[in-house]
Amino acid sequence: MISARGLRKSFGDVDAVKGIDVEVRKGEAFGFLGPNGAGKSSTMRMIATVSPVSGGELRILGMDPATEGPAIRSRLGVCPQEDTLDNELNVFDNLYVYGRYFGIDKATVRARAEELLEFVQLTDKRQAKVENLSGGMKRRLTIARSLVNSPDLLLLDEPTTGLDPQARHVLWDQLFRLKQAGVTLVITTHYMDEAEQLCDRLVVMDKGVIAAEGSPRQLIDEHSTREVAELRFGIADEGNVHEQIAGKIEDLGRLEVLPDRILVYSPDGEEVIAKVHERGLEPIAVLVRRSTLEDVFLKLTGRTLVD
Amino acid sequence: MASQDGLDRLDRATGLGILEGALRQLDYWWTVLKRTWRGGVISSFISPLFYVVGMGVLLGGFVPGDPARLEGATSYLDFVVPGLVAGHAMQIAVGETTYPVMGGIKWHKSYHAQLATPLGVRDIVNAHLGFVAFRIASACAVFLLVLAPFGVFASWWGPILAWFVLLLLGMAFATVIFGISTRMSSEEGFGLIFRLGVVPLMLFSGSFFPIANLGPVLEVVAWFTPLWHGVDLTRTLCLDTVDLPRALVHLAVLAIITAFGWLWAIRGMEGRMRS
Repeated sequence: MISARGLRKSFGDVDAVKGIDVEVRKGEAFGFLGPNGAGKSSTMRMIATVSPVSGGELRILGMDPATEGPAIRSRLGVCPQEDTLDNELNVFDNLYVYGRYFGIDKATVRARAEELLEFVQLTDKRQAKVENLSGGMKRRLTIARSLVNSPDLLLLDEPTTGLDPQARHVLWDQLFRLKQAGVTLVITTHYMDEAEQLCDRLVVMDKGVIAAEGSPRQLIDEHSTREVAELRFGIADEGNVHEQIAGKIEDLGRLEVLPDRILVYSPDGEEVIAKVHERGLEPIAVLVRRSTLEDVFLKLTGRTLVD
Repeated sequence: MASQDGLDRLDRATGLGILEGALRQLDYWWTVLKRTWRGGVISSFISPLFYVVGMGVLLGGFVPGDPARLEGATSYLDFVVPGLVAGHAMQIAVGETTYPVMGGIKWHKSYHAQLATPLGVRDIVNAHLGFVAFRIASACAVFLLVLAPFGVFASWWGPILAWFVLLLLGMAFATVIFGISTRMSSEEGFGLIFRLGVVPLMLFSGSFFPIANLGPVLEVVAWFTPLWHGVDLTRTLCLDTVDLPRALVHLAVLAIITAFGWLWAIRGMEGRMRS
């Protein structure tokens, strides 16, 4: 569906995307995971054919975005990071007007709009003005709008940023249904839980390059341990208490020292905590959890996803 | 300049025909019209009528109706009406291509949404300009129709031809200002466009008094203002005093500005939206 070779994007002297190779297959949910400024959105804009490629090769649905933009866009659904709904129009008209841009005839687009309102559970809001909708409803309407042309490929740029947890789960459920229905999804996110929930395969992006690629499970197995023990100590009078304590437990596993806690990577987190106590150290809080993509990212880049 | 080359390549990838591209946005602009026409009626019809009564009838009552000093008009009302309607065409054009264009780019981002579809930059500019043309044409038609019973027109066909001229005059401003709006980072500059552009043009381009009154130097300056070309042509059509070579020059000037402005607007939008 998408094939990129050495894809680059520059803005003047700034290289936002520095030569990435990506292959997205039909029917899969593919993710770009990385912090803000990693080059995810620039990549998405090139795939959406609204931003010209600065270098390398890009093919979308087998076509060249430089010469076949309109043909590509007629088969894409785009859910942008910022809402671009028309606040003055009601919910139904937002879908109707948008469908008309694709040249879909009036009767078909009306029927399609009703179906989509049902799908995103906004049928009872069909006459409501967009400006009166909640954030979650607006995002669902944006998703419905991006589906109006029955796209082969749906691009979702940070689909749940700014939504409350409940609204996120509703949205994830809908995206999951789309995936089941065979729609190819491309998602950018800086939420590792979102990437784990939705993506079959993903790339971890940092500073314009791809740091790692694989399924969420593969990436975790490859770059992290099964479990993580999180240790939080009190605040010291001088310096970072976690830095000082790290020296006493470095043999227990790979350590990541964060300002507020120490992460110890080990196949058995409980054992790590027992050993910490044996050494007379008394953390004020401990937590044992499974490794996540956040840990993968921390290992690969030395930074957390959300700074 | 790899990105510039890319821009040029995207420009050529417009895909849809000109008419098809614009027609696909008809439903959108129809909904815009449905929600804005009430405000439009007031600004495009009632307030100009106040001008006609206030300036043309009441103030004009103090001006002697001397055709030699009023470019052939037998009353100040006959003289000022074509100037007012021309100025009005300009004001609608500027009003419709400043804040609404910035809104499409920055505030409600409707252009971004449209560009995610098969529509191209050219299609979006054309449809928006088409809507502006409709606004100018309908407002000027109403203006001319309402004034017809006042006996300000020398012939029945003069105001009909003048209506086309007013549309062209409006589009000359609409396309150029559209292009400027796409190149502005914030709306603060619009105040300057209105205060240093629209208002002086309205006052000194022959709408309210013959530009001969400006003195020899400023009169020449006035020849180079687009509004004067529209005012003079509208007025000579309404008063039936058309001088053909002069009329053709006016038409050529307005047509060239419109053509340049159209390309300028499309280029500006491409630069802004395809970064």
